[in-house]
Amino acid sequence: MPVCAPACVRLKLILFLLALTLCCGSLPARASDDALRTTLLQLHDADFDSKATLIETLAALDHPRVALILNALSASQLYYQADPERIVIGTGDGAEITIEDAVSGAALGPVTKRDLERITTNNQMRSLIEDRLASLGLSSADPQQRRAAVESFLRNPDPAGAERLKARLAVETDSKIKELLTLSLALVDLSSPDAAVRTKAAEALGGQLQPEIRGQLAKAAAEDPDPATREAAQRAVSRTEFRLQLLGGAETLFFGLSLGSVLILAAIGLAVTFGVMGVINMAHGELMMIGAYTTWLVQQWLPVNWSLPVAIPLAFLVAGLMGIAIERGIIRFLYGRPLETLLATFGVSLILQQAVRSIFSPLNRSVATPDWMSGTLAFGPLELTLNRLVIVGFCIAVFALLWLALQRTRLGLEVRAVAQNRAMARAMGVRSARVDALTFGLGSGIAGVAGVALSQLTNVGPNLGQSYIVDSFMVVVFGGVGNLWGTLVAGLSLGVANKLLEPWSGAVLAKIVVLIFLILFIQKRPRGLFPQRGRAAEV
Amino acid sequence: MRLPSWLLSDRAGLILLAALAVIGIVVPVLNLLVPADHPLHLTAYTVTLLGKYLCYALLAVAVDLVWGYMGILSLGHAAFFTLGGYCFGMYLMRQIGTRGVYGDPVLPDFMVFLNWKELPWYWHGFDQFWFAALMVVIVPGLLAFVFGWFAFRSRVSGVYLSIITQALTYALMLAFFRNEMGFGGNNGLTDFKDILGYPLHADSTRIALFVLSALALAGGYLVCRWLVSTRMGRVLAAIRDAEDRTRFLGYRVERVKALIFTFSAMLAGIAGALYVPQVGIINPGEFSPLNSIEAVIWVAVGGRGALVGAVVGAVLVNYAKTWLTGALPEVWLFALGGLFVAVTLFLPYGIIGLLRRREAMA
Repeated sequence: MPVCAPACVRLKLILFLLALTLCCGSLPARASDDALRTTLLQLHDADFDSKATLIETLAALDHPRVALILNALSASQLYYQADPERIVIGTGDGAEITIEDAVSGAALGPVTKRDLERITTNNQMRSLIEDRLASLGLSSADPQQRRAAVESFLRNPDPAGAERLKARLAVETDSKIKELLTLSLALVDLSSPDAAVRTKAAEALGGQLQPEIRGQLAKAAAEDPDPATREAAQRAVSRTEFRLQLLGGAETLFFGLSLGSVLILAAIGLAVTFGVMGVINMAHGELMMIGAYTTWLVQQWLPVNWSLPVAIPLAFLVAGLMGIAIERGIIRFLYGRPLETLLATFGVSLILQQAVRSIFSPLNRSVATPDWMSGTLAFGPLELTLNRLVIVGFCIAVFALLWLALQRTRLGLEVRAVAQNRAMARAMGVRSARVDALTFGLGSGIAGVAGVALSQLTNVGPNLGQSYIVDSFMVVVFGGVGNLWGTLVAGLSLGVANKLLEPWSGAVLAKIVVLIFLILFIQKRPRGLFPQRGRAAEV
Repeated sequence: MRLPSWLLSDRAGLILLAALAVIGIVVPVLNLLVPADHPLHLTAYTVTLLGKYLCYALLAVAVDLVWGYMGILSLGHAAFFTLGGYCFGMYLMRQIGTRGVYGDPVLPDFMVFLNWKELPWYWHGFDQFWFAALMVVIVPGLLAFVFGWFAFRSRVSGVYLSIITQALTYALMLAFFRNEMGFGGNNGLTDFKDILGYPLHADSTRIALFVLSALALAGGYLVCRWLVSTRMGRVLAAIRDAEDRTRFLGYRVERVKALIFTFSAMLAGIAGALYVPQVGIINPGEFSPLNSIEAVIWVAVGGRGALVGAVVGAVLVNYAKTWLTGALPEVWLFALGGLFVAVTLFLPYGIIGLLRRREAMA
């Protein structure tokens, strides 16, 4: 190593020099600080017309501080200081202003306002500055800045800037920015004197969602002198509208799916207790409430971001144990008498509600949302709220787990056996009483888990359960008792139907319409969408 | 005059009728004739409260007819009760006339407040007492008939029927909460002034309403008692105990069910109509599913399948409610919930069943 050292150093030096010359050759010469300073000083005392020329000159200077200075000028933060004579950028209101040198960026500390003289601007200059800044950004090395520059051009299209865009388009490598550039150019072409160019531009702009493009297109569609262009613009507008409708539809679908997931979560535990066991559990909503309160309690002890992973199994346990207690204490004496079960569990629900009211106060508790669940996720132009997205995923996970538990575990096998033929299952050695208790516990536990999810969406209070009980029974009955897939389909379709109806009827009316539809539906198909067939259906 | 045999054999019923006759005489005397400072004086509040119990008892009789005798557990009977109440409330609303806050001769206050220019079509006619009185039975009856006709024809039964009746009353509640419905939205109908020209707050009017409630309950009881003692009553029990077999014997089960369900809804409507002028307000909260279920528990506590039991249960539970919500408000829901559980577990035939068992053992 030490032997070759001088040679290495020499080689590096040559390479460095080579690189330097190459760079200098490819870039235009950097403007010196002095040139910038001289131009800036002319701003003082200049009238608006000459200021505009000076802004052009500034923009043409290739100096890293130009963008900053122009921004400051546009924001009325550029000042002239007489002694020592220089141009500064000042921030702050009131008597004291913190200044920095416009050219070097050196901080000069606070001075009194009287020492400074603001360099005035008007709106015409501001738009000129914005335009010039746009073209400055266009040649920036940072793709984000380039993109911002094109977007600002889109907002404020100016035929004069078109040449710069064209030049940029020729060398641009980023495909996204290329697309934006093409759009911007088309937007400029839309006001070209040549009708054929306008027609082509209108065709290119169809289906774009940016409000400026939509505005210009609508204007062209209404008042362009050339009929062919008008027609093309009208076609483009309808294409945009179609895309907007599609987007709105996707959004509604997502809201519907998310409402559907909530309904499924609320109903799926019921599908186990009602569907598999035939027990009407009116306290189901209150078991969800217990799950939600468990979440709240966990959040009192753990940081919010960690609370949910702890709350989910805990809520499952708490609600599940409560369910087993209800089954062992009350329901097992009432098998075969569904109407009495309904009344007794309703009594339980009243007791649980009042218990929560007495222990936690009748007021709503606020459950915090973890950071990783707040915010939105953008899919192109579609923005989805993260917490609803998580709930949809959670619903799928719970459904899959439950399905696996019923299909692949020994308990699931026994549950299905007892549901199909209790006497035969007992004859085969299944302890049906134990299976009943565990099944009810499973259904209740899922209600508790659903409560954790609900705590992220609605207020957690003693009435939480009540507001879901009618809905969740509807989902189970609509889907067909004893059929998990039916519950899934029913929940999703009711959720989507609700959200589809909402825009033209309002939320409450949509709910009423859905309820009436369900009442009518049950007349037509009393056993739901997917009725059980065979002997089990006769019970 | 000889009493008909179906009434003579009904000892509990005779006791109930006698009790109704007694309070129908004693309460007015104690309220109107006994001076206000006398310890035996009944205040207007108590009279109204008793009148309210009687309306609830009539609702309970209606529920018992369909549940106890026909086996249909309706979780939506409060809907019929409330609809009857709204029909009569509309009459009372129109009677206010220019004495409302805004003084509009035709439009009720809430419509003026919502900037409505004219009366919606369904409010026409309710300024006539006879029309409103007719609607009190027709509206709930019609709803019950349409609902029952479809539901029973497609053989929706058991818990499915219970759940869709609950959905019905829930949907009605949501609908009546909307201001656009034209029934006063959240606040419902209130601020009534007078009925047939008599001021609603006068003691004599209250007593008249009370006596009317007692008469309605007695009448409702008698009609139901007569109904279940006829051949029709046997068919009802047969439907309850073995619906398919009854159908195979040639009875048109769905028609019988629809008919009785409709009649029961009309009774509930009358109960609601008598309830509103005594309480002085009707709002969508009355549609809440909880109210319907409470009516069922009155019947369960008293003993279903025995019309007297419904009356006893309604009065007892509501008395307990009045007392507990006043003295220990925290305890009321615990008590009601416990009652649901205890009655279904230990008293399947309610208080009347308990008494009958004692009698049988003695």
